[in-house]
Amino acid sequence: THRAVITHSSPFQTYVDVERVLIQLQDETGEVLGSPFDVPLDISPDKLQLVCNALLQKPVPYLFFVKDAEVVSSLGSCVQELGLETEQVLPVVYQPQAVFRVRAVARCTSSLEGHTEAVISVAFSPTGKYLASGSGDTTVRFWDLSTETPHHTARGHTHWVLSIAWSPDGKKLASGCKNSQIFLWDPITGSQIGKTLTGHTKWITWLCWEPLHLNPECRYLASTSKDCSIRIWDTVLGRCDKILTGHTHSVTCVKWGGDGLLYTSSQDRTIKVWRAKDGVQCRTLQGHAHWVNTLALSTDYVLRTGAFEPATATINPQDLTGSLDEIKEKALKRYNSVRGEGHERLVSGSDDFTMFLWNPAEEKKPVARLTGHQALVNEVLFSPDTRLIASASFDKSIKIWDGKTGKYLNSLRGHVGPVYQVAWSADSRLLVSGSSDSTLKVWDIKKGKLNADLPGHADEVFAVDWSPDGQRVASGGKDKCLRIWRK
Amino acid sequence: MPQNEHIELHRKRHGYRLDHHERKRKKESREVHERSHKARKMIGLKAKLYHKQRHAEKIQMKKTIKMHEQRKSKQKDDDKTPEGAVPAYLLDREGQSRAKVLSNMIKQKRKEKAGKWEVPLPKVRAQGETEVLKVIRTGKRQKKAWKRMVTKVCFVGDGFTRKPPKYERFIRPMGLRFKKAHVTHPELKATFCLPILGVKKNPSSSLYTTLGVITKGTVIWGKYAQVTNNPENDGCINAVLLV
Repeated sequence: THRAVITHSSPFQTYVDVERVLIQLQDETGEVLGSPFDVPLDISPDKLQLVCNALLQKPVPYLFFVKDAEVVSSLGSCVQELGLETEQVLPVVYQPQAVFRVRAVARCTSSLEGHTEAVISVAFSPTGKYLASGSGDTTVRFWDLSTETPHHTARGHTHWVLSIAWSPDGKKLASGCKNSQIFLWDPITGSQIGKTLTGHTKWITWLCWEPLHLNPECRYLASTSKDCSIRIWDTVLGRCDKILTGHTHSVTCVKWGGDGLLYTSSQDRTIKVWRAKDGVQCRTLQGHAHWVNTLALSTDYVLRTGAFEPATATINPQDLTGSLDEIKEKALKRYNSVRGEGHERLVSGSDDFTMFLWNPAEEKKPVARLTGHQALVNEVLFSPDTRLIASASFDKSIKIWDGKTGKYLNSLRGHVGPVYQVAWSADSRLLVSGSSDSTLKVWDIKKGKLNADLPGHADEVFAVDWSPDGQRVASGGKDKCLRIWRK
Repeated sequence: MPQNEHIELHRKRHGYRLDHHERKRKKESREVHERSHKARKMIGLKAKLYHKQRHAEKIQMKKTIKMHEQRKSKQKDDDKTPEGAVPAYLLDREGQSRAKVLSNMIKQKRKEKAGKWEVPLPKVRAQGETEVLKVIRTGKRQKKAWKRMVTKVCFVGDGFTRKPPKYERFIRPMGLRFKKAHVTHPELKATFCLPILGVKKNPSSSLYTTLGVITKGTVIWGKYAQVTNNPENDGCINAVLLV
């Protein structure tokens, strides 16, 4: 193959004699865009972007890939590296990126004291307006984000508040404690809504609400506990609707999928798929060799934010407006666009140092087994655009995997202690991780490197969350204070 | 010592003296004073044996009192929520940290055996006896000078019981006894206030190690840490963790 030959005929005109190649633009699912056309081999991603924008008429930034290798500097260098023939038509896959760009957090704007014991769980509401934290001192505290001061203290639990979950419309917060009770709180007044939900016999490990597009009233809540059962609660009537039993060990995580299926993982090394409507068990996914610690759905982020679109976020977060039907439609539209053509994918992380990528709605066999970690995997998360999977492990590293095939992409090292939790930014470009070495680290996914190191906590960081509007990161830990970080 | 039950028999037949219970009670309460009088006045081999036995008794008493106290206070704690709150993903995982602690201890023991000590303060000023121990004069004419009082911060263990004051050679004042130290992790630059488990070595003298004297450069046990300040001047112990 020829190299590019540049002959100068005059100082003002460079006659460049480069190879040209036929490319065919495709999107991620394989659908072709237009017909193959001719471009010079040294075309850069910017020019490709202009072409795409012209063809698609959507001013969205794109990333381009040739056979899974990203086009960074020019198409020519990519082709050279891969050793592809330039005679044939080259398929170039374009991936739309998020239009908005989340800025990396760089400084701690406030350290919120108030809890008298370690802060165990931290969560932003779906619009990013409220922040709630559960702690070992049995209280749930609501924090006012505009002034970064305490707002309400919700008392009622009698033991450590192990898990909290916002309803997708942001109007209710459910919290579960070690004494197996579940309380519902109103973030505006800080008082309890309805009755205490009792029924489990051992501590609550995870709480998950029904997605907004299935029920805009946010009525049903699923809770899992160490007593091996899953209960679906009717929060309006304040009683248990269904009890799903089947696991033989503590159930560690539950995710309510957008298609009406419930996925639960347990210490008995299995993941069970249930139908939410009647509580019937559909499938059991086996394959792990030790406890399954965590689950992540590809549509997790969009189910969490419901009808709120991060691209429309403003400086001051607003509540969701509109009637129930409008909200439901918005949520459904967002869900369908993120889910795409296929079904939801599920990734599970386990104590056996590996993860499995499943297609639970269709088959029992895993799509891929993701090995590489050298200690147990504590948390896995899909990126909001479902293209990447991040896994945090006790071997002090975070690994990035491809969201569709499960292929290993990158390893992020830097922590000196087990990494406990990670959180994606809303545009999927940044990742923040909290670890037992008391620091948080912000990673740039595109470069695969550390963006910012955020020390400040005095002891282990137990919980991290990035607000859906991308402005703030909240972290809480063993040193009893909650820190808010901004750019 | 009665050889038969004639005392019990008499009591059954005739009952007790009218002031029996009163006398018994008073005799028992006088016993404490008589014991201490004896302990002070005894001399010679008899005294040595007696004091040894009494010291052992005292240690036992202290232990049982402590246990009783713990038992009483525990009932209050049951209502309160226990400390050490951990998130749900760490709840079933006690075993891991314990194993880590054990392996760390083994590693440190190995290091110590090999004699490789990377100590942050290698050279420390040696402290002479006159600086660390102050002479206390005793006796009717204040002529005897065999007692010493420690002038530096020291550490005594949990089950520490003083020797009988007459025989104490080294006095460690309560005001200079410390249980906690501020330990800095050199890598993370974080400081934690941790309880001291013991004094490993005092570089000035092995006598100070056995006494538990803590001066600059002392290595305290637990996960080994080296003291970096003069505790008697500052009122607190600052140490650096040896990793």
